[in-house]
Amino acid sequence: MSGQSRSGQSRGVIERSLATFVDALQHTFHAEELAKKRGLLQRLDARVKIVAILPLIIIAALARQLTVICALFTFAVAIALLSRVPPSTLAKRVWLPVLAFTGLISLPAPFLTPGKVIYSLPLLGWTITAQGLRSAIYLIMRAETAATFSILVILCTPWTNVLKALRVFRFPTALVVIVGMTYRYIFLLLQTAHDMFQSRKSRMVGQLDGRELRRTATASAGVLMSKTLQLSEDVHLAMRSRGFRGEVYVLNEFQTGWFDWVMLPLFTGIAVLAFWFGR
Amino acid sequence: MTAPNSAVPVFEVRDVTFRYHAVTALDGLNLTIMPGERIALLGANGSGKSTLLSILDGLYFPQKGGVAFCGQPLTEDRLQTQEIEFDFRRRVALVFQNPDVQLFNPTVFDEVAFGPLQMRWPKAQILDRVSEILEQMEITHLKDRSPHHLSMGEKKRVALASVLILDPEVLLLDEPTAALDPKSESQMIDFLVSCSGGRKTVVTATHDLDLIEDIADCCHIFQSGRIVGAGTPAEIVKDHALLLSTNLIHAHRHAHASGELHSHPHRHGHGHGH
Repeated sequence: MSGQSRSGQSRGVIERSLATFVDALQHTFHAEELAKKRGLLQRLDARVKIVAILPLIIIAALARQLTVICALFTFAVAIALLSRVPPSTLAKRVWLPVLAFTGLISLPAPFLTPGKVIYSLPLLGWTITAQGLRSAIYLIMRAETAATFSILVILCTPWTNVLKALRVFRFPTALVVIVGMTYRYIFLLLQTAHDMFQSRKSRMVGQLDGRELRRTATASAGVLMSKTLQLSEDVHLAMRSRGFRGEVYVLNEFQTGWFDWVMLPLFTGIAVLAFWFGR
Repeated sequence: MTAPNSAVPVFEVRDVTFRYHAVTALDGLNLTIMPGERIALLGANGSGKSTLLSILDGLYFPQKGGVAFCGQPLTEDRLQTQEIEFDFRRRVALVFQNPDVQLFNPTVFDEVAFGPLQMRWPKAQILDRVSEILEQMEITHLKDRSPHHLSMGEKKRVALASVLILDPEVLLLDEPTAALDPKSESQMIDFLVSCSGGRKTVVTATHDLDLIEDIADCCHIFQSGRIVGAGTPAEIVKDHALLLSTNLIHAHRHAHASGELHSHPHRHGHGHGH
């Protein structure tokens, strides 16, 4: 009985993992839909977007004034709305996960930080201090603001443009090309793995015991590995067939317009103000 | 490499043998391909067609025998020289059976521009040519899309565009209509017919007998790494004994409306004729 439950659990883990990865693939489709919308951030050149947003992320993480952090957070939400990113998307993908993570980390702070007691928990008698609560709010708000800015860049920029922007910022071409190809093929291999498991499941009656399940999973991993190696060899041949001789040449095709040159000083101005008042 | 001459074969394959470890893919193969010829290599899976295409594209090199391209030997040593390799790669293009293998760039635009970029074409020329070829293949609307977001038909068209951009003299096509729905298949055949246009040498590996009359003037039948028959498409499709023996058609039993149950040679494809 216990064996059955263990095997059921193991199969669930593998299948759930694959399903999660395939679900991630669906998310990229959604993300690219957002990146195609006509909004404020979508209209900006990828390089300008990164130059404009990166200082805001750093300042949000380092600012010492809560009002400044809150102002930056408000600014991030305004940008999101102007970029047609629904608040529900931000809530699901950033605010709630960040709140859960940083909330957990900062949970002891209100109780352990010495200072002025503002509340005492009934029964337990634990005291919450103003300084401790302030520290926790600082941590949560900094993380929420920085993460909101980061996700906005990701959601409003096609991944391919992010890669191109990295090339412009002098990231090694080979590294950027490898990251691009990894992104290109990871979904193909995930889909292959998912199809393999689905195919096996469709021909199975009942459940395998733990040992048999592990053996099958190992065999599937081996088959996938073999397919991956074959794919990498074929891709290399396809590259050679079109003139690749070990060094990759890429085209950095960007176009900045008046909108970029208006928005860049505006974002930079806000970053400078936030830095000054947030010291 | 020398310029094409109508009297000199584009490819001369002499006594070529190629093995993958213990498996013999090509076994003493001989084949001559003249400029402007449209040839179909017909054979069941594993008969050696794709291996021959890889050898003609200078990706694999025979363990025995040799291949000449426009009268010059096609060897690994010669292709080490950048000038020779670029000239060869520009003139000979291979479209792989699996488009996922060929579409390795982040976007369709990057994919189509890849070949000219490696050959150091000027940027302005690349941009012009990419726009031209995207329009010609009716895929301009896909230029910023990632290949994993495309349908199989779109992937095949992008793969074809990525090699046509170099305006090659020789097109090597590995199962160009495999896994396509009927509409995409018909579109692909139209593209192949229009892009060959009598100027290009086109070598197509396929087992789709419905395709050959549109894209080939001459067929070579492969079996176990050897050519076991040749002829025009019309001659080949009538030679049921040859097609049966090389697994290009099969006999299976079926019932007619009269209730009569019998079996006879049968081929599948969009025509579904027998």
